[in-house]
Amino acid sequence: MTQRFRDLLALEPLPADELTFLLDQSKPFQEIQRHPLKKLATLRGKTVALAFFENSTRTRISFGTAASRLGADTMNLQAEASSLKKGESLLDTVHTLDAMKPDCLVMRHASSGAADFVAQHLDIPVINAGDGTHEHPSQGLLDALTIRDRLGTIENLNVTILGDLQHSRVARSNIHLLGKFGCKFTLCGPAMWVPRELEKIGAPGVPIRRVFRIEEALEGADVVLVLRVQTERQYEPSISAEDYVLGYQLDAARLRRAKPGAIILHPGPMNRGIEITPEVADGRQSCVLEQVTNGVAVRMALLFLLTSGTTEDGTHPLAEATPTKNRRSTDQKDPSHASR
Amino acid sequence: MLLVKNGRVLDPASKTDAAMDVLLDGETIREVAPAGKIAAPQNVEIFDATRLIVAPGFIDIHAHLREPGQESSETIESGTQAAARGGFTAVCCMPNTKPVNDNASVTRFIVDRAKAHGSVRVWPIGAASVGSKGEAIAEIAAMKDAGVVAVSDDGKPIATAKLARQVMEYCRSLNLSVIEHAEDVSLAAGAVMREGVTSTRLGLRGMPAAAESVCVARDVQLAELTGARLHVAHLSAKASLEQVRSAKSKRLHVTCEVTPHHFTLIDEDVTYDSRFKMNPPLAAREDREALLAGLADGTVDAIATDHAPHEPALKDVEFDKAPFGILGFETALSLALEQLVDTGRISLMRMVELFTAGPARVLGMERRIGAGQPADLTIFSLDHSWTYKVKESASKSRNSPFDGRTFKGAPLATIVAGKIVYKH
Repeated sequence: MTQRFRDLLALEPLPADELTFLLDQSKPFQEIQRHPLKKLATLRGKTVALAFFENSTRTRISFGTAASRLGADTMNLQAEASSLKKGESLLDTVHTLDAMKPDCLVMRHASSGAADFVAQHLDIPVINAGDGTHEHPSQGLLDALTIRDRLGTIENLNVTILGDLQHSRVARSNIHLLGKFGCKFTLCGPAMWVPRELEKIGAPGVPIRRVFRIEEALEGADVVLVLRVQTERQYEPSISAEDYVLGYQLDAARLRRAKPGAIILHPGPMNRGIEITPEVADGRQSCVLEQVTNGVAVRMALLFLLTSGTTEDGTHPLAEATPTKNRRSTDQKDPSHASR
Repeated sequence: MLLVKNGRVLDPASKTDAAMDVLLDGETIREVAPAGKIAAPQNVEIFDATRLIVAPGFIDIHAHLREPGQESSETIESGTQAAARGGFTAVCCMPNTKPVNDNASVTRFIVDRAKAHGSVRVWPIGAASVGSKGEAIAEIAAMKDAGVVAVSDDGKPIATAKLARQVMEYCRSLNLSVIEHAEDVSLAAGAVMREGVTSTRLGLRGMPAAAESVCVARDVQLAELTGARLHVAHLSAKASLEQVRSAKSKRLHVTCEVTPHHFTLIDEDVTYDSRFKMNPPLAAREDREALLAGLADGTVDAIATDHAPHEPALKDVEFDKAPFGILGFETALSLALEQLVDTGRISLMRMVELFTAGPARVLGMERRIGAGQPADLTIFSLDHSWTYKVKESASKSRNSPFDGRTFKGAPLATIVAGKIVYKH
């Protein structure tokens, strides 16, 4: 393993081979989700700090479950109970957590760049579990894993993203990951939620277009990523839910514009009846529950890769599990054996 | 007495560019003559300015000294020391202190503190409205008697067009400039940088250029209505500059300033490091190009630092929670040399004008080197190589994006009222 996986702050800077490596590393952990006994001893003795400065249920539980299935202990900080409410600065809070000697910090924060900022001040690995409207890298990875499982590839797909693109960290992480595999993006939502600058946020040459008619946006799609819609916003006028449904709700009729085998992703939690109809959410094209299961696998892989940095004798536990010449190989040993 | 010998005197007001000696007698300039022509009186102190530029004292018309109220970030003493190191002989301090400088007693406090502890001249700017709240007009006449040189609600615009009009009418009668922090606060609400591809990538809320230019449009029209002297602070957008240019072509009394950070950096330079967070935010590449053109063609009247110290505890936080503003005094001249003169964008004479006669004109003053003038001089080198180390700054704060930058050219001595207040 290389120095570059010290932290996972964003997918934007990661090249395609490293992203493939992370997805491949998640494979064996997907297997474990199917075992009757899911608990490994891989990270026994390690502690993962889960610092959720912004309320979150599923991501926090997913990381917590991933840590516990690897045998790690967790320390939990939640926004409501935290001393931030008492005026403590973010740096003081994370330094305090760090002084309790966790091996890794997983953090969610409402400010874009917060994980980046913290990582500059801590020596332990930092995993960004969502920062403001910037990125949500583990979500991007679990989405890609889900797509790869269902469609067999993440290359050269037509990806349509529906909803509030401007404020979506999930959309950004998906664009930064899938864009490196030749995917084309169609962004669709109310025009004020889909700023033109989004067309240029990918690496040079990544095709991203904005379309304001949902029927056109869905035409030929392989993947439809539906974002959670919040009609109330702090700094912008709200829009009516009725208007949103009329223009942008994904329903069965509209979905027929997409390719027959198209799949639907949603990062959750869903507003059934707003951005997606129950029929579509529960239909055979929907992958929402697989996404949740894959979320645990991806997060196990991330915690494993970042936290098992060195073993007590100084050798890397992946040294034999991962042939350095071909890190992309998918047939490597189950990394869960590494410390057995 | 102090004789500044053998320097290259650059004085935009008299268009002088020649090897001259300048004899200072107490607080005034006694004589200016070609090098070697002044018969040095006995016991005169000599400053050898060989190979150095001798300019009129630099004026910074936009700074925050944080006193009273935020002395952990800066004081009049520390701020003016930093100003002296930057070659400034006079700084105008904005009224957004705690309490706000909206009445004569706060103005007098600042003037008195500056007399007692200041290294350079401090010219306070008074608030336009009480508490800069945008409701009632502040006691501008009383503040003028106490020493303010202009008014502004800096940190925000004068809240409404109606109030801006009233303040302009009043200030015109008092012969004071109205300095506007031009910002449409609804367009800028919640924004922490300029809107663009970079803000969209970083997920940082952006304000469009129009957040500034919409307000400039309002103010220029009100300046036309009232005949007031309007000065646009820290102008950053191409569209704003075009309005100032058009106002000038109509012979309105409209002026503007540009900061060194806006002519040096752009939004693409922004990272999650809050040392890149200021208001107005770093603008687009094309805005910077327009500012460079405006600095060259005379549309821009002054370079002003918007020196805005914030102690580390305030600035070392999440980007969107950090206060706006960066240090400016100590790097202003070197950045101007690097970005404007060494690149051939403007002449050295024009640069000196932007630090001296230009800002003086905005305030209705003059600034030149001549017998009977105040003995304020800025002496700088064009080739002195140095590295800015913000931890050694005279300021009490450390928020500079230029920390570690190496420059060619620097202020080497600052003379205020005949006294050398800084010497390298």
